Amino acid sequence: MFSEIEPVMEKYAGVPGSLITILQKTQDAYGYLSEDAIAYIAKRTGVPASKIYGVATFYTQFRLKPVGRYILMLCKGTACHVNGAAGIEEAVTEHLGIADGETTADGLFTLDVVACLGCCSLAPVMMVKGPDGEETYGSLTKAKVRSLLDEIAARETEAAS
Amino acid sequence: MRIVVGEGSCGVASGAKKTEAALAALLAERGGAAGDGSYSGITLEKAGCVGNCYLEPVVDVYGDDGGLAARYVRATEERAADILAGTADDLLISDEDAAFLSQQRRIVLRNAGLINPEKIEEYIAAGGYEALRKALTQMTPEEVIEEVKVAGLRGRGGAGFPTWFKWDAARNADAGGGAKYMVCNADEGDPGAFMDRSVLEGDPHAVLEGMAIGGYAIGAHEGVIYVRAEYPLAITRLEIAIAQAEEKGVLGKDIFGTGYDFSIRIKAGAGAFVCGEETALIASLEGERGMPRLKPPFPAQKGFWKQPTNINNVETFANVPFVIREGGAAFAAYGTEKSKGTKVFALAGKIAKGGLVEVPMGLPLRDVIFGIGGGIKAGRAFKAVQMGGPSGGCIPAALADTPVDYESITQTGAIVGSGGMIVMDEDTCMVDMARYFLDFTRKESCGKCNYCRVGTKRMLEILERITLGEGRDGDIELLEELAGKIKDGSLCGLGQTAPNPVLTTIRYFRNEYEDHIYNKHCTAHYCKALVTYAITDACVGCTKCARNCPTGAISGEVKKPHGIDQAKCVKCGKCEENCAFGAVLRD
Ligand SMILES: Cc1cc2nc3c(=O)[nH]c(=O)nc-3n(C[C@H](O)[C@H](O)[C@H](O)COP(=O)(O)O)c2cc1C
Ligand code: FES
Repeated sequence: MFSEIEPVMEKYAGVPGSLITILQKTQDAYGYLSEDAIAYIAKRTGVPASKIYGVATFYTQFRLKPVGRYILMLCKGTACHVNGAAGIEEAVTEHLGIADGETTADGLFTLDVVACLGCCSLAPVMMVKGPDGEETYGSLTKAKVRSLLDEIAARETEAAS
Repeated sequence: MRIVVGEGSCGVASGAKKTEAALAALLAERGGAAGDGSYSGITLEKAGCVGNCYLEPVVDVYGDDGGLAARYVRATEERAADILAGTADDLLISDEDAAFLSQQRRIVLRNAGLINPEKIEEYIAAGGYEALRKALTQMTPEEVIEEVKVAGLRGRGGAGFPTWFKWDAARNADAGGGAKYMVCNADEGDPGAFMDRSVLEGDPHAVLEGMAIGGYAIGAHEGVIYVRAEYPLAITRLEIAIAQAEEKGVLGKDIFGTGYDFSIRIKAGAGAFVCGEETALIASLEGERGMPRLKPPFPAQKGFWKQPTNINNVETFANVPFVIREGGAAFAAYGTEKSKGTKVFALAGKIAKGGLVEVPMGLPLRDVIFGIGGGIKAGRAFKAVQMGGPSGGCIPAALADTPVDYESITQTGAIVGSGGMIVMDEDTCMVDMARYFLDFTRKESCGKCNYCRVGTKRMLEILERITLGEGRDGDIELLEELAGKIKDGSLCGLGQTAPNPVLTTIRYFRNEYEDHIYNKHCTAHYCKALVTYAITDACVGCTKCARNCPTGAISGEVKKPHGIDQAKCVKCGKCEENCAFGAVLRD
């Protein structure tokens, strides 16, 4: 168990101040921080599980629940807000039936509302983190985002069959 | 011939990678590969972003003499063949768009979009690491600090604190035989700003060089860059840059044979706005919850691992090589009496030409927004510009002649901040903007101080109520009272500045608050609960709105103007979204 993060543990377990790095690498490997993973990190690093939980819940990057195959990082930074990000969120929510932080029943999408992806001049913006890395989409409209979601879903169905 | 594709995050989001791939495939087809990425004398390169994000993807073609021969804009993959064939003249940048760049004065962005950030050779060819050599071989640390003092360089991270003063304090601090640290703040927390991202993506070595010079000045041998996790490309480019700098010997042991050692590592943030604050950033570097602590002791005395630590912003560091190479006086020649040099701004929002601009301090806001940014999108009217993000404020159109320098902007109630400039037009509701920022600070408050934790929540509740049409007489005064208390009762800059967006909007747009509270009307026709929809004479009776109305509130005969039953209307906006004739009006 947790063999994927063994190299990380070897490198960082004994280095003070590395907890956030360890949590990041663990999340990269498993998509989220499970209770078991936190217990394992506690055992390996000697940092109490309660403290790890405290750190993990402080930072928005960390997730304690499994996520979908694609994470929809929808920007609601200032530039995106001014350019109608609320409408885009509405479109995603309606189209997929999930709110911020939730995952679709088929495990395909998780909606993650973020504050600024640094592409503000293309607002409204969404970054999609999928199995093949991340891709950023700018100048979104409700129609564009709906067809993007359909495209991904269709691609996945095709790959599955 | 050299072809350069601009691949900052914004370029990539606009398809720059696909353009590059298409160009590469076409060149490969032609044959003549020389094995170094060139084909029959044509090399294909990537660069960071030149800053005119609204024109992405941008492809530059350089002639054999090294000069820029052509700049193609909106160069999508479909047009790659035309660019190679020289039949893409319609994509050549217009004189008007070229003026977006020619009106700027670039010190921080001197290399961005021009050199390949993944090749240290190009940075060196552009004069890179000369300043570090000069500092290490010809200057004492005190002389370096003196030069930065002559330059009048002030921190670009928000507070505008003199850089030399911090360096001097860190230099004189007693490390008790232990280490000192040089930290780069690349957390870029202002949601709507992207200066630091562009610098890191476009010219990472400038930041490394600035850090090494600063490290030498304060007597540090270790540098750390704290980058926000949402910037994967910046992290990748920094990793490449650090590895190349070590290989070239400009970072690491015995730099330029002077015996000075300096190494840099990257630490990725984990998504917490408050970690941009120095003491919270240090707690985060140590693997803790990022909670600020009381100052003093200042980081210069007790910082990372309780050792003397200096923290500067990305842009501050990127200025340093210029200051050392060209001299402090050359830098101080730009700007105003108290705000020297240039400042990079991220122009976004309802602006016609969004992107990165670097101008001498003291230029009037109007010149930045209208002169360079081309004014407001879609011919709407300019209402306000937000500067300083959640710690800043909204400056109204009437004050558009305010010079952009630390003192003048502070007088308006906003702050220069890190450089975010969000432009707003008549359709932006100022009460909603205040609500937006309070929602942000309420979520980002670390929870340590009661006034910040509970006070921002109470302010948000009042603002939400107002935007929902449930505002009450006395709400404005209550907001002002809470604002004062939160400012006084908070330990760090987050709480101390969180009320600013509310205070500035009340100061300049009190009428909008009153319109919401007393008339139950949103001046900008934005707040959902307060708008009413109506169908005008422009309606041709296509029935599309009626078919899309979820509550059946719209009725009318085919080819005759339709009407909305206000009692049934839930204000979802579907009719407006679906009307092709602009016949649905919001009031
Ligand atoms: C809540 C809060 C958030 C901040 N966020 C940032 C940030 O994202 N980037 C930054 O450079 N400075 C930020 N600062 C300012 C830093 O605390 C610090 O002043 C700055 O990094 C010092 O660098 P400078 O002197 O070069 O500006 C923030 C301050 C506060 C109070
Ligand atoms: S505000 Fe959305 S990318 Fe910056």
